[in-house]
Amino acid sequence: MSARPVTPAQVSIPDDPALRPLPRDEGGPVFQEPWQAQAFALTVRLIEAGVFTWADWATALGAEIRAAQAAGDPDLGDTYYRHWVAALERLVARKRLLSPDQMSARTAAWARAYRETPHGRPVSLRPEAGQAGTGRPGASHPGADDADAS
Amino acid sequence: MSDHDHPHPEHSDPGHSDSGHDIPSELALRVKALESLLVEKGLVDPAALDALIDMYEHKVGPRNGARVVARAWCDPAYRQRLLADGSAAIAELGFTGRQGADMVVVENTDTVHNMVVCTLCSCYPWPVLGLPPVWYKSAPYRARAVRDPRGVLREFGVELPEDVEIRVWDSTAEVRYLVLPQRPPGTEGMSEDELADLVTRDSMIGVGLPRAPGAKSTSAGTGP
Repeated sequence: MSARPVTPAQVSIPDDPALRPLPRDEGGPVFQEPWQAQAFALTVRLIEAGVFTWADWATALGAEIRAAQAAGDPDLGDTYYRHWVAALERLVARKRLLSPDQMSARTAAWARAYRETPHGRPVSLRPEAGQAGTGRPGASHPGADDADAS
Repeated sequence: MSDHDHPHPEHSDPGHSDSGHDIPSELALRVKALESLLVEKGLVDPAALDALIDMYEHKVGPRNGARVVARAWCDPAYRQRLLADGSAAIAELGFTGRQGADMVVVENTDTVHNMVVCTLCSCYPWPVLGLPPVWYKSAPYRARAVRDPRGVLREFGVELPEDVEIRVWDSTAEVRYLVLPQRPPGTEGMSEDELADLVTRDSMIGVGLPRAPGAKSTSAGTGP
């Protein structure tokens, strides 16, 4: 493995962020919210299962971060896991594991489940809600097109 | 948990409805959707997810890296193995990467100071340092570490003599770097455990120096 330090000339990074001060951390918890830990763990497991590689992942996450920067995200690290989730959705669609439709239907089903499950009972998808996301086998695969377009 | 800061998905209900539970943030729901669908497909096992989270939150972290550094300070043969083949030498202590990335250890000397960044995203040596701090993931650090490393170091309170060369290492999916900081003066005779207490996370990223002996470990970022 040939290792060599980088020089500014080798790396192209947009100019603006360079002028901002660095956000610092106080050594708080590594995950600010449980969903961040879930997204992290899902990604690691999918890589370990051979669904995609670390290189695929680094490329996808890097692209997501650059796109967000281009869209005006100051990218101070606090939106990192937002980009992480978006990159994971995109990669999962590109690998044709899940379609964007499936993911958005399931997201809506979970929102419904939270809204409609009475207090004091564990929130779970009702059978019909679950089927909203998975019950249409024909819809599972063709929807990955928009993810491929990037 | 409640997330009043985040927009809720398509339904514009407030986060709490009369009959139901607090509705998690849109991102939390998207992650739940991913997880439930991938579990149904048999691609992930929920128990394995929990175990993984527990490990990264509680078992790995900068203490692993600190043990590697302290061993290298105490054992010249280990130090040589560490610099020759970081992954293998780190694995000797039981810390193995899940990522299959090569670990390269770069050594600070009187004339060279090393700093690590990932300009592409935020590749980080998880098995030895845990998960990256917020600033490591930020655009200003990613950009400025390369362009103005001396200025970045100054913001972290590290002032190096002008004649010390600063080398910046760009981590990738294939290669992750760990800085081997210099052993602080006045630590002769300290045990490996005592030395490990002086090694901070930041010193292994190269934006800090190890604590001086006597400066007690109250610092953030070194974890339990």
